[in-house]
Amino acid sequence: MATAIKTGGRSRALPFAWKAAKLLASVALTFLGLLFVTFLIGRVVPVDPVLSVVGDRASQSVYDRVYIELGLDKPLIQQFWIYLQKVFTGDFGDSFLTKRPIMDDILRVFPATLELATFGVILGTILGVPLGVLAAVKQGRLADQVVRVVGLIGYSAPIFWLGLLGLLIFYAKLGWVAGPGRIDISFEYDITPATGLLLLDSAMQGKWAAFRNIFSHIILPASLLGYFSMAYISRMTRSFMLNELAQEYVIAARVKGVPEWRIIWVHALRNAAVPLVTVIALSYAGLLEGSVLTETVFAWPGLGQYLTNSLQNADMNAVLGGTLVIGVVFVGLNLLSDLLYTLLDPRVRRRG
Amino acid sequence: MSALLTVEDLRITFPTRQGPSEVVRGVSFTLGRERLGIVGESGSGKSQTGRALLGLTPPPGTATAKRLDFDGIDLRNASPKQWRALRGGRMSMVMQDPKFSLNPVMTIGRQIMEALAFHGRSSRAEKKARAMAMLEAVQIRDPERVFRAYPHELSGGMGQRAMIAMMLVTEPDLLIADEPTSALDVTVQIEVLRILDALVKDRGMGLIFISHDLRLVASFCDRVLVMYAGRVVEELKASELDRAQHPYTQGLMNCLPKIDNDTRPLPTMTRDASWAL
Repeated sequence: MATAIKTGGRSRALPFAWKAAKLLASVALTFLGLLFVTFLIGRVVPVDPVLSVVGDRASQSVYDRVYIELGLDKPLIQQFWIYLQKVFTGDFGDSFLTKRPIMDDILRVFPATLELATFGVILGTILGVPLGVLAAVKQGRLADQVVRVVGLIGYSAPIFWLGLLGLLIFYAKLGWVAGPGRIDISFEYDITPATGLLLLDSAMQGKWAAFRNIFSHIILPASLLGYFSMAYISRMTRSFMLNELAQEYVIAARVKGVPEWRIIWVHALRNAAVPLVTVIALSYAGLLEGSVLTETVFAWPGLGQYLTNSLQNADMNAVLGGTLVIGVVFVGLNLLSDLLYTLLDPRVRRRG
Repeated sequence: MSALLTVEDLRITFPTRQGPSEVVRGVSFTLGRERLGIVGESGSGKSQTGRALLGLTPPPGTATAKRLDFDGIDLRNASPKQWRALRGGRMSMVMQDPKFSLNPVMTIGRQIMEALAFHGRSSRAEKKARAMAMLEAVQIRDPERVFRAYPHELSGGMGQRAMIAMMLVTEPDLLIADEPTSALDVTVQIEVLRILDALVKDRGMGLIFISHDLRLVASFCDRVLVMYAGRVVEELKASELDRAQHPYTQGLMNCLPKIDNDTRPLPTMTRDASWAL
């Protein structure tokens, strides 16, 4: 950290447009690579896409016709080119399974995952950061040990087990929360879909009974995901804070007579926030991938469940589309954390 | 000369796996509004002595003393609140390397104004005016720019001037300078020392100047304490360095190259185990 002191005189003069162009080019290249790899994987897996369309009792002539319809007779490079052209017009092909365009399917399932993951990562951050700070400040003492053990359980307990346990206790026994699914059927047609984020939609439409029902459904899986990201975030916060609290500028602040709370929450945390942004973004991306197990346990109609289903039914178009969405999410979150990085760290700000 | 600071039998102990290790073993001195140098090699306890005076012995270390009085206040029983009022307000410390001792994500201006924020009430405009005046006092030519700059945008010498400004803006009575120029280029060292010297003189502060550089300390201070292995082995007037009695000080003096006597190679220190007893 301390080595990066010099500011390049030349890069400071770089016009903003040039920087933006460089960024766009690198994003484009990343996507092209991602597309190629997912495409290749889709073609080399030992799954016969023709069979999944025609079924295994089709005649040879039907098989051959579909084989040509799918373009599988062309060379791989040409197939990729056709795929690429389609992708750029937003066409990922149709799902063999649902018979609908993949794009429509993903737009339908992704908001469910987005809502759950966002809720989870917010919980994980607002709990994980303060707990990590607390553990660092009380290093080696009881509070530290408690935070570490709680984190360790979050790390090592299987999520489906905790999910089932949570359902058993809070839904079946105590009845505090609603069970699996996103919303009760009785409310389902109350809400006109707008963003696909049900909490947001119901709140905007003033349907508070539905809102409460949705909240009651989401709180348990979101807490579970929140717990997992909290385990990770608190652990990283602790180690970043320990590193910062050992720095000389902390002593300098004490010499100035700055109160300890301000040294911890302003001086040290402000510095620890720089690497923490990446940790939170990665943790968010992890949740957005669609936590397959959580979505299965809670019958959550999200991306994870969709992908699992597609994979089990050899629906390669859907798998490719879904993988690409995850890729977009990753690249997007990386860009976002880079952006926040520059906002938080003045040493990065002026560099190219 | 009224004593600003009285230290008697200061001991600093760190627990280690082999049992407690005493790094400062009974240091005593008094300080008026004068400039006192503390010289010693790495690990001699000079920096820990300086930090203990500010109540900043890093845990798990502990500092004890028979007396530790600052202007009539017994520092040994000072509450955290008292400490906060003293630190920054009445005693302060310039640290070694501005690269590490300034917060990298805060502007210089904010860091200087922060020192004022916890000592007396003043408006933002007043604080800014005092900070700017202080930046001018450390001879920064473009105080407006430095005020808005982040630490990494300043050179080492500039950074250390900003550090001095930050630590002196509250006009403390005692300043501890812990190797304030050791991280700087030789040419910049002298400039920064001149600035520090002028400020200390003008404001009539007491200064404790901690360094490993005997000659620098002697040219800059009125009195010199020589520390070795956690003890003060010699106390001298800076002008009478050549009358040193202790073999360690004599050894140090012998190692200095002399312009009229071209001894090659320079003699090296030989340490006697009995000095550390």
